Amino acid sequence: MKILVFIKQVPDTEDVKLDPRTGNLQREGVKSILNPLDANAIECAMQLKARYGATVVAISMGPPQADAVLKKALALGCDESCLLSDRAFGGADTLATSYTLAKAAEKIGDYDLLLFGRHATDGDTAQTGPATAAWLGIPQITLATSLDVRDGWVVCTREIEDRIETVRAKLPTAVTVCDTINEPEYPTPKNIMKALKKPRYVWNAADLGADTRLTGIPGSPSSTKTVFEPPKGNTDTRYFEGSPAEIAVQFVDMLEREHAL
Amino acid sequence: MKENYSGIWIFAEQRQGVLNPVVFELLSKAQELKSVTDETITAVLLGSGVSGLADELIARGAERVLIAEHEALSVYSARPYQQALTQLVERYKPSILLYGATSQGRDLAPRMMVALQTGLTADAIDLGYDEDGVFFQATPAYGGKILAHIVILEKRPQMATVRPQIFDPLPPDSTRRGEIVTETVEVAGDGDYEVLACAPKPEGTQPIDRAALLVSGGRGIKHETDFAMLDELARLLHGQLASSRPPVDQGWLPHEKQIGQSGTTVKPAYILNVGISGSVQYQVGMQNAACIISINHNPDAPIFGISQYGVVADYRKVVPAIIAEICKRKA
Repeated sequence: MKILVFIKQVPDTEDVKLDPRTGNLQREGVKSILNPLDANAIECAMQLKARYGATVVAISMGPPQADAVLKKALALGCDESCLLSDRAFGGADTLATSYTLAKAAEKIGDYDLLLFGRHATDGDTAQTGPATAAWLGIPQITLATSLDVRDGWVVCTREIEDRIETVRAKLPTAVTVCDTINEPEYPTPKNIMKALKKPRYVWNAADLGADTRLTGIPGSPSSTKTVFEPPKGNTDTRYFEGSPAEIAVQFVDMLEREHAL
Repeated sequence: MKENYSGIWIFAEQRQGVLNPVVFELLSKAQELKSVTDETITAVLLGSGVSGLADELIARGAERVLIAEHEALSVYSARPYQQALTQLVERYKPSILLYGATSQGRDLAPRMMVALQTGLTADAIDLGYDEDGVFFQATPAYGGKILAHIVILEKRPQMATVRPQIFDPLPPDSTRRGEIVTETVEVAGDGDYEVLACAPKPEGTQPIDRAALLVSGGRGIKHETDFAMLDELARLLHGQLASSRPPVDQGWLPHEKQIGQSGTTVKPAYILNVGISGSVQYQVGMQNAACIISINHNPDAPIFGISQYGVVADYRKVVPAIIAEICKRKA
């Protein structure tokens, strides 16, 4: 079985701030990390590899420094890595990104399973997985909370809204996984050493045979016009004060007045 | 050419013949957008044996209902739905196409983006026209710390998934009139995707997003057992227990209970926040509650900035007193 895991380098959301003067994102001093949900996708691939045997290829699109998350993927047990890096890929929305990822999957070929984290913590779109499946013309299972492969089908549970679905899709297929699907492992020193010897590819648009009218900014129908911080609240708050019993009387009076009781 | 596209379309998500409430919220917002551009509002209904839902869509603000029925559409599956909807869009050329950011909408819309080669904004929390008359979608990024205005300048339709519980639906009005159009579509069933089983979630894990009252606990809750106290208060008020992210990360409550950017967006009539400071990520998920009441020992907690009522105190003293007072009045 050949498994492709698609991962992304994202800014640590705890660090993200807007420059108060320019209104742009402050990038200096912001740590870059592996998108946390992508660790669940990698762990999922590792469990399948342990159970059934598999070649696992980690793929990421980004600038040269995005190679850091691919190194981590190799240290976590992936067998090969592909960095998709080209100035022509910059500024991509999810349509252009998914096109580029699909071209990489085509170049690798013979894939059985494409794994994605449910969403990336920077854009929060959750679109790239299903969109990549659409470019490749293969089925998809989104929001998987368990995953197994049986007789050429991938079987998943999905906990959605008020129900739990069990679904299956014929390989090759794409699956996006939730954070509840597993507990990601940490890289071991032995695996970090092993990772140094694994094949690492860097591909540009020409290597992928990608049409650069469909990548990066030219291939992106949507664009960000402005970014700003959400407005802060300034509601007039009515406070209840006194002993706990006095507060409780005022509080329950309020609940009655507001018809909450 | 984008000039050839007009009209606002709402994807009328249904499951087992029941419309998702987000459809009514989107129809209501479409009425507001129409006041700017005077575009026709169309609800697009896919399924099998669902034409009876058309009147409900009209009563909620649709001026036209497009119905495409096919056996392959009886249970939702991404590829048959994408085929059917793509054919309708290519036939009618709407300018805007909106989906609820539900599990179904978020499954279907990215495939529509590729099929139609247009833009798709994820998880919008507002829609409107900016000073240049350009349609924008406001969407949170970086865990809700930042809001972005996204625009789709050249490609059509302009598409977005929109968060449930953001816009108020119009009350149903059976005197509204609308056109019902039945269309045929050519759809191949998807033999490569199958729903094997579907079961309701176990009792006690009912979704928090449709509860009228929530009692929500956060990082300030010191002990797992204190959630039993909050649960008791929720039950006394005929509401449900919810939480911010830290208690879920602790493993004290399941993820279904989590309000916020990485959890569920809620819009209850009442929310009681206990031991919640009010991070941006949390506020994004509950700021549209009609009545916000907060208990926190820290007078500077940001949650008070959006609360109508506040108590600055130790919840371990105040909450038992409130429970006792309610029981006294009920007796």
